[in-house]
Amino acid sequence: MPPVISVEGLTRKFGQLTAVDNISFQVEEKTIFGFLGPNGAGKTTTISILCTLLNPTSGKAMVNGHDCKKDPRLVRSSIGVVFQDSTLDKDLTAYENLVFHAYIYGVHKKEIKNRVEDALRFMGLFERKHDLVKKFSGGMKRRLEVARGLIHRPKVLFMDEPTLGLDPQSRSHLWEAISELPKEHGVTVFMTTHYMDEAEVCDGLAIIDGGRIIARGSPEDLKRSLGGDVIFLKTKDNRAAGLKIKEILGIVPEENEDELFLTSGRAEEQIPAIIKALPDMVLSVRFQRPTLNDVFLKFTGREIRRQDVTGQDSLKEDLRAYVRRH
Amino acid sequence: MTDLNAIYVIVMRELKKFVREKSRLVSSIARPLIWLFLVGAGMSRLVSPRAGMPYTRFIFPGILGMTILFSSIFSSISIIWDKEFGFLKEILVAPVRRSSIVIGKSLSGTAVSSIQVFIVLMVFPVIGEKLSFFQVLATLLIGMLVAFSIASFGIVIATFYENYESFSVIMNFIIMPMFFLSGAMYPIKLLPSALRWASRLNPLTYGVDAIKNIMFRAQAGPMGPDFSFTADILVIVLSSVAFVILASVFFERKQ
Repeated sequence: MPPVISVEGLTRKFGQLTAVDNISFQVEEKTIFGFLGPNGAGKTTTISILCTLLNPTSGKAMVNGHDCKKDPRLVRSSIGVVFQDSTLDKDLTAYENLVFHAYIYGVHKKEIKNRVEDALRFMGLFERKHDLVKKFSGGMKRRLEVARGLIHRPKVLFMDEPTLGLDPQSRSHLWEAISELPKEHGVTVFMTTHYMDEAEVCDGLAIIDGGRIIARGSPEDLKRSLGGDVIFLKTKDNRAAGLKIKEILGIVPEENEDELFLTSGRAEEQIPAIIKALPDMVLSVRFQRPTLNDVFLKFTGREIRRQDVTGQDSLKEDLRAYVRRH
Repeated sequence: MTDLNAIYVIVMRELKKFVREKSRLVSSIARPLIWLFLVGAGMSRLVSPRAGMPYTRFIFPGILGMTILFSSIFSSISIIWDKEFGFLKEILVAPVRRSSIVIGKSLSGTAVSSIQVFIVLMVFPVIGEKLSFFQVLATLLIGMLVAFSIASFGIVIATFYENYESFSVIMNFIIMPMFFLSGAMYPIKLLPSALRWASRLNPLTYGVDAIKNIMFRAQAGPMGPDFSFTADILVIVLSSVAFVILASVFFERKQ
């Protein structure tokens, strides 16, 4: 079976800035594919190109067998999109939002009611269907957007940071539904995230940083590629300690935020040796089995930083209400 | 077929929101009536009865033009709101032609405007205007055509702005000049030549003139219509087509 998304040498420049730099990847049908990277890595730009909202500067992107640049309408009719910021009409009810979507995607009139109600049930919003969206919580809005994205039975559902800014409970609730999509609805999920725990559950991953894909594979493959546990230590003198460690273990530790870290086979065996070799110098020591964060750290030399959503959305709400009143 | 459905649902969305917001309806009806009765009553003392007709009667087509202008442009620039709150993206990723979106939005403006024009038009007996059934019907139909043209013009404008801070700019530099230079409040024949030219470039001028043609075609002199009815219709139709094409092109343009 050919891949449902296929990207070849994709590049997108904004003036001097290269947001996406010659990336290539494939996504297999009915899988969850994660695009992992820090903010500003080029994730949203890539999604925008795949959703035909942006043209690539060069390279080729195919979705469901259609060229994103040449046949945008064919691409659009086979995809669903959940954007990072809400794209619901808050002055309409949940039900009305979905009906609008069904019409604009040409769903047959007779089927609209059923599909809308099924989607609302699937995302657990059926009881609230006649409420205005402005009364919904962030988590409910996001679930409503996923429901909406499924109404026209797309082949691929794109989600840009679907759980960003949600509280843990809404996150897990939403995530539960997302993970059922490939099996229950035969949908391929393409999502961006900077949450490692979400990336863990993906079938395939591409790690992107600075517009480039720096690693690709399943989460297991990527972690295995690190070759062992990661030991972190804080010392009184990182430079001296680094040299000493190189001497005894033959590994040059790297430094991140005042902390040395090194990857080596089994931490339980290495730590005593390290402490012994650095008398009175070690302030603290810890180790981790490799995680995707370490994979990221390994390839980029830094951690993915979590970023909170700005209060911009709610600010916009207030302003809008203000403008309306005046 | 998808495109017809899309146009239909875009119009329904606008109507639904319009009906829900009672205050919007009240204020949009109040504005033209305030102008008609307060400005009209005050100004009519200044205008000599020998000018041809009472001033309130003269501005009535202009007041209808005002109703159309505000309602259809407001409806169109709600696109800026949709941009700001993201809903426009939902429409733009849908498998629908850009021109259908523009037509849908223009028809939304037309629908909302027609309701308001109908209400304002119905005060004609109060100002001593006598209109036949045919004149009322013709005014409503022309009103729709003009609303469509102004709404599509509004979309062209909306494509240039990203946020509602621009709203007052649009209000002060586009809507108000369009209103004053449309022949609504004073005959364009009496304007200095530079302003006369500006008013000829104003799409609303032909709308107001068309309504003057319907209501007092026989009126000669400065207070009568400036162009022939056919010319008015021609300009309105052609400009609508041009605006729809322009707006679709601007929408399609990807950064």
